[in-house]
Amino acid sequence: MFEISLGHYLILAATIFTIGVVGIFLNRKNIIVILMSIELILLAVNINLVAFSIYMNDLVGQIFTLFILTVAAAEAAIGLAIIVIYYRNSGTIRVQEIDKLKG
Amino acid sequence: MIIHTIFFYIFSIIAIFSAIMVTVSRNTVHSVFFLILDFITISCLFIMIGAEFIGMIMLIVYVGAVAVLFLFVVMMLNVSKQKNEWLGDEKNSNHIPIGLLISGIIFFELIIVVGGWKYKPELLKTFSSIGIDLDSTNTHEIGKVLYTDYIHLFQLSGMVLLVAMIGAIVLTFRKREGIKRQSYFRQISRERTEGVELADPKNNEGVKIDV
Repeated sequence: MFEISLGHYLILAATIFTIGVVGIFLNRKNIIVILMSIELILLAVNINLVAFSIYMNDLVGQIFTLFILTVAAAEAAIGLAIIVIYYRNSGTIRVQEIDKLKG
Repeated sequence: MIIHTIFFYIFSIIAIFSAIMVTVSRNTVHSVFFLILDFITISCLFIMIGAEFIGMIMLIVYVGAVAVLFLFVVMMLNVSKQKNEWLGDEKNSNHIPIGLLISGIIFFELIIVVGGWKYKPELLKTFSSIGIDLDSTNTHEIGKVLYTDYIHLFQLSGMVLLVAMIGAIVLTFRKREGIKRQSYFRQISRERTEGVELADPKNNEGVKIDV
């Protein structure tokens, strides 16, 4: 009961992943919060990888976590740059008012 | 061992609470603060479980770079007026039941995966030959693997960062009109013949300088 197993970490990661998905689904006002939700999802994936790496005694999971970290940083930089130029052009970053690609 | 368990639960509760607060907070600046708290808590968990290098790198990269970048953009764009009211108005809230339903289904699927996998313990075998040597430190082990077996992926991730940096600069670069700028090309390509003129002044007349 009191032993922390791999399942504890996986359930924690699943919870954070779901919170990130909820943040993407239900947020309609501010697109920066959607980017933060994506960061939460990547964080949950990192928790999974590190927990498996420790409990299965395999170092490759931590190596892969480093690469995910790199891609997450690059994604945040590009996403925020796109948001900045969109705000400069249209004056708003509300999700409801971003409808230029109306299908 | 009981201390480890207590710390795990404390950090997990803080992490889940701050993750919820990231999504439901009305002020975007508060969301960024809770994101920083979440990153710090998860990196504490990583350090506690024995992956010290990943935990420290997460502190440096996420808290030191990504979260500060978020904070910078949030404060620069003046979005504090645009409150995050995702349960506020009635007419735009018809997507909420479907979103909650799909999120719940995703959560229970993940839980079912964890539970079903626990009853098949022969999956818990190490498939790779790169084990963790407990005699040396975690950073040493990662360095020995990362710079030998994964050197190409490591360099490719550096290329990803370079492309992201150039892309962000190109995207946000703005050319302003009406200001004097230095033109390096014109500066360098100047020659002596157009810069220097030999004059032969006569006595008592001086030289006419064209302006």
